[in-house]
Amino acid sequence: MASVQPDSSAAPLIRVENLCKTYSLDNGINGTVNSQVLYDVSLNINRGEFVAIMGHSGSGKSTLMNLLGCLDTPSSGHYWLAGRDVAALAENELARVRNHTIGFVFQGFNLLKRMTALDNVATPLLYAGVGRAESRRRALELLRQTGLGNFAAYQPNQLSGGQQQRVAISRALVNNPQLILADEPTGNLDTQTSGEIMAVFERLNREQGITIVLVTHENDIAAYAHRLVRLKDGRVVHDGGVTA
Amino acid sequence: MNLLAIIGEALRALRLNRLRTGLTMLGMIIGVAAVVLMLSIGQGAQTTVNQAIASMGSNLFIVLPGATSSGAMRQSSGSAQTLTLGDAQAVANLPSIKAVAPIITGTAQLNYGANNWSTVVTGVTPDYFKVRNWSTEDGEVFSDTDFRSAARVVVLGQVIAKNLFGDEDPTGKTIRIKKSPFLVTGVLAAKGQSLDGRDQDDSVFIPLTTGQRQIFGSQFPGTIRFMMVQGKSTEVMEEAESEINQLLRQRHRLAEGMDSDFTVRNMAALAAVATGAAKVMSLMLGAIASVSLLVGGIGIMNIMLVSVTERTREIGIRMAIGANRRAILTQFLLEALVICILGGLAGVALGIGGAWAVSQAADMVVVITLGMVGLAFLFASAVGIFFGFYPARKAAALRPVEALRYE
Repeated sequence: MASVQPDSSAAPLIRVENLCKTYSLDNGINGTVNSQVLYDVSLNINRGEFVAIMGHSGSGKSTLMNLLGCLDTPSSGHYWLAGRDVAALAENELARVRNHTIGFVFQGFNLLKRMTALDNVATPLLYAGVGRAESRRRALELLRQTGLGNFAAYQPNQLSGGQQQRVAISRALVNNPQLILADEPTGNLDTQTSGEIMAVFERLNREQGITIVLVTHENDIAAYAHRLVRLKDGRVVHDGGVTA
Repeated sequence: MNLLAIIGEALRALRLNRLRTGLTMLGMIIGVAAVVLMLSIGQGAQTTVNQAIASMGSNLFIVLPGATSSGAMRQSSGSAQTLTLGDAQAVANLPSIKAVAPIITGTAQLNYGANNWSTVVTGVTPDYFKVRNWSTEDGEVFSDTDFRSAARVVVLGQVIAKNLFGDEDPTGKTIRIKKSPFLVTGVLAAKGQSLDGRDQDDSVFIPLTTGQRQIFGSQFPGTIRFMMVQGKSTEVMEEAESEINQLLRQRHRLAEGMDSDFTVRNMAALAAVATGAAKVMSLMLGAIASVSLLVGGIGIMNIMLVSVTERTREIGIRMAIGANRRAILTQFLLEALVICILGGLAGVALGIGGAWAVSQAADMVVVITLGMVGLAFLFASAVGIFFGFYPARKAAALRPVEALRYE
């Protein structure tokens, strides 16, 4: 298997071939029931792209996102992230990939409760082995960049939804990832705040060249992206312009 | 990934749930305190027994008269009056014997001024104090001359001195025993309890001769209650025992096949039994206490399992932002360990305090050694690792995608 590319920087950041995902559920009545969620998904995403993945609920977009984020393993097919075959990576290497290469932003923010914004942002660095003082310095710098410099000592429940999502974005960015995976990042936010958050993503993509993959079911959010992948019943039905 | 940061995370998690952490810790505190307390009481009992054995004197035999029998009825051992002062002197001349102390006893009323006290009056030879390895705290014991002349002199035990004289110095004063005046020549050092639990300091000693002639009187003059015999060394004890048996049978003119009319008791053997019993008790107390430590450990496992379930989403988030399984395992294991170590420290303090309280309240000897504190602490940590490992492994084995989805 040609898992190593001659020049990984020239190769696509994400290369997915015939990815399938089947969940096995033992419902206790008629034994194991298999339900396939993804069918032969193939996808290339280059560095610096801003891609929106759309689809109705149950279309498999969240499953695809989990696979891309190395949070789950495919049933079959291949996934190369930055030129490395993810299937060949051990648990610890996957954790390292999630720590170094990918930054996650979730719909529900997923901040650690009863921890200050600063500590939340600094936590990935803790797992990267960065010292405490340096971690806090970098975390504070990122909070300032997202306009939350004055909220470093606040806990998530003291912040508004938009502020919490900014903290989450800061956390995603703290280890200088190449890829940001955002799973309905504006799903819990009002229109105005959604616009502000999307502006942050747009700026990160434009100014720092960070690859962004965004899952959404709102057309006006998807409109911020430069490329649209539409899923239906576990299959890619559109891959191209945003206006489709 | 650095350990210090993960310790910080563990401490933070424990702080967030103070009440729960405290209650879980309580199980550990009680367990460790129980172990320390029980061990110290057990050790104290052993020390008490050892002291009693040491206070008895070393290489001792006690020779008691045999049982009398009237018809088929056998009386208790020591009820006969078959041993005499002559027997004692003969035993003293045996090659393997160092000293012999013939003894007679009786109870009598003592008076000094307005105070009176009823106690055991023991008639002994001056050698008795050597055999018992018992010295005076004040004054002297009576002399051979006093013994031979049946002088009215008395040596007091600590309890008697306190009860009759209070703060006064008894030496040189005169007390009355059964109304006869006796000169106090000295006060003995405190000896404490004997193996059978008697307070050895609650007694007075007069010359055997004086006792026989003036205090107790006897159907058979010259008989003694029993004698203490000290062997020359630990090695000759068996030899000494058979020599005593042989000599006394000969002196009592017992034919081959007849029962002896006396009993020789090796006190070293008795001491070994007592020591063994104290050890068993010590062990049993420790075992009982460990059960509470075990229960505390199960409490920790229980609460850690609940904690892992409750924090499934947190674990998922941590995994998503780069925590590997080892980091998760370490965090939860450390939480259990911190509970145990803090609980262990508090338990040791509580155990020492409890041991002190017991020693004060029940007037018991308790002994706390660094070793037993270390043992309790080590045991507590082992419990923490043992019972913390399963929940921690459960946390670390969660799949990130499922943990994240957990509500």
